[in-house]
Amino acid sequence: MSVQVNIPTGTAENLPRVSEWHRLLRVFFFRRVVIFGTIVILAFIIVAIFAPFIAPYNPYKQNLNEILAQPSKEHLLGTDSLGRDTLSRIIYGARTSIVIAVTTLSLAAAIGMTLGLLAGYYGGWINVIIMRFIDALMSFPMLLLALIIAAMLGGGLKNVIIALGVGMLPGYARLMCGQVLSVRENDYVLAEYAIGASNMRIIFRHIFPNCMPPLIVLITMMMGLVILAEAGLSFLGIGIEAPAAAWGGMVAAGYGYLRTNPILSFAPGLAIMLVVFAFNMVGDGLRDALDPRLRGAL
Amino acid sequence: MTSYIIRRLLQALVTLFIVSLLIFLGMRFLPGDPILMYMGQDTITHMSFEQVEAIRHQFGLDKPLVSQYVSWIYGVIQGDFGVSIAYREPVIDLMLKRLPISIHLGFLTLIIFNLIGIPAGVICAIRRGGWLDTVITILANLGITVPVFWLGILMIYLFGLYLNWLPIYGYTSPFTDFWLSTRQIIMPLICLCVLPIASTARQARSSMLEVMHQDYIRTAWSKGLRERVIIMRHAMKNGLIPVVTLTGLGIANVIAGAVLVETVFNIPGFGRLAVTSVLNQDYPIVQGVVLIVSTVVVLTNLAVDLSYGWLDPRVQYR
Repeated sequence: MSVQVNIPTGTAENLPRVSEWHRLLRVFFFRRVVIFGTIVILAFIIVAIFAPFIAPYNPYKQNLNEILAQPSKEHLLGTDSLGRDTLSRIIYGARTSIVIAVTTLSLAAAIGMTLGLLAGYYGGWINVIIMRFIDALMSFPMLLLALIIAAMLGGGLKNVIIALGVGMLPGYARLMCGQVLSVRENDYVLAEYAIGASNMRIIFRHIFPNCMPPLIVLITMMMGLVILAEAGLSFLGIGIEAPAAAWGGMVAAGYGYLRTNPILSFAPGLAIMLVVFAFNMVGDGLRDALDPRLRGAL
Repeated sequence: MTSYIIRRLLQALVTLFIVSLLIFLGMRFLPGDPILMYMGQDTITHMSFEQVEAIRHQFGLDKPLVSQYVSWIYGVIQGDFGVSIAYREPVIDLMLKRLPISIHLGFLTLIIFNLIGIPAGVICAIRRGGWLDTVITILANLGITVPVFWLGILMIYLFGLYLNWLPIYGYTSPFTDFWLSTRQIIMPLICLCVLPIASTARQARSSMLEVMHQDYIRTAWSKGLRERVIIMRHAMKNGLIPVVTLTGLGIANVIAGAVLVETVFNIPGFGRLAVTSVLNQDYPIVQGVVLIVSTVVVLTNLAVDLSYGWLDPRVQYR
């Protein structure tokens, strides 16, 4: 038996959707700091994409006649110990950050969410095995875990991504598992069971979409966290290898010239802070808009 | 209740078992021969094949993985973490030397961040929208953002090099020279505390806000109780439970922060040991440090879970 629901299509399908979007946007941009964060993130992405056009110098080109130059009209933020332009290196560092953050989070989210989905949906011993494994991963402080994985695999972009990805994975698995457990209890899932829908259909048509809002918030929040963690790793000298520009590594390299050229450390650190702050604020805004229950939970 | 404690203990044991398995397998699947773990690259290249095989036999590396794991874990339980490649000293001695330093810093951090973070969050919640709330919220948002190693460098520049108030690196035991020790740990402690204070304040604020809307708080107001009583006796008891449950995470954060802060300030603690041994590929130390740290985290989480029922009698143990 099929049930015909008679709702005038004009109001039910079009209007509420529009106003829902309006509501989301209004809540999202309610605080000025979220607008600021959005602008910073957009600028960050643009700078990363168009780095070769924006950067005044080649970030890798050494100029031994101009080592450790103070900020001037030619070099707005001075040059480092190899005569490379600091501003250009910061601009290219944005590329490194964003590439690592996006790929790490995609990796962590894909694996973590799958594990969480399996654990939450099937329950039983699958849940026990997956969640104990996740607990074990969670008991390593993330930075330490990334440090060890990076040490085992060696440096380089790919290995940093794997290391940070494994560190980020438990958060997604946990949240997804919890979400699935609560979404699974809804009547519409029961209804699907009753009409004999396959597990795949229930998971992908009903459970997965309804689990998404808090996960989107988590992904945004974690952008800041990944950038911070990557900076920490490269500060320790474990992340990205030498000539490539990474903000954390630049802070570490500048540390040695703190007395004479403090800007070498200050400027890249400020870049890290600005971008992480922006992602956190946008994450807060998204959380308010998408899932008010999460307020303060992250 | 008893059955819950036993189950929870067993769960923690299983987690620790998986942790040890991950560490063991991780170290075994390292690129290269596990014998490098004990000998170091230089020594090996000067040996004949037979000599290497003899050592392999001596360390039991020719046995099956399972029995290798069992003998490793058996040693660990007895405090035998192997011998460091770089220092040529038992790992346990190296760790015991650094443990007091990390405990000193970690313990102070734990006290300070709770003493500042919780009241800050509570004040924000009570005076929601006021100037104090605005200021603290902004500071907390900056606190969860700032890279601690960079903050450390900024402070070294300002207080160490520019104003010349504080020593810029090193660690002295408070029992040797209390004054110097205190001056040396001020900046590292600030760095270590910033993130936990900020996240504790944020958490305390939001959960207190939630509690302040509850019916029983309105009842308390209408009974004519004083604000202080309502907040201290009624709201905080419930509002701070989520804050306490995050202590485990807080400790993990402090340990991760210690890795960076000890590097910046050149403090010979646990975190610094982890970093240098990772860079030196001194795997026995890495193994030992990770095992200890994750055991601490697992046990803290266990303690938090068990204290849950005491904090919130409504919790049903299942």
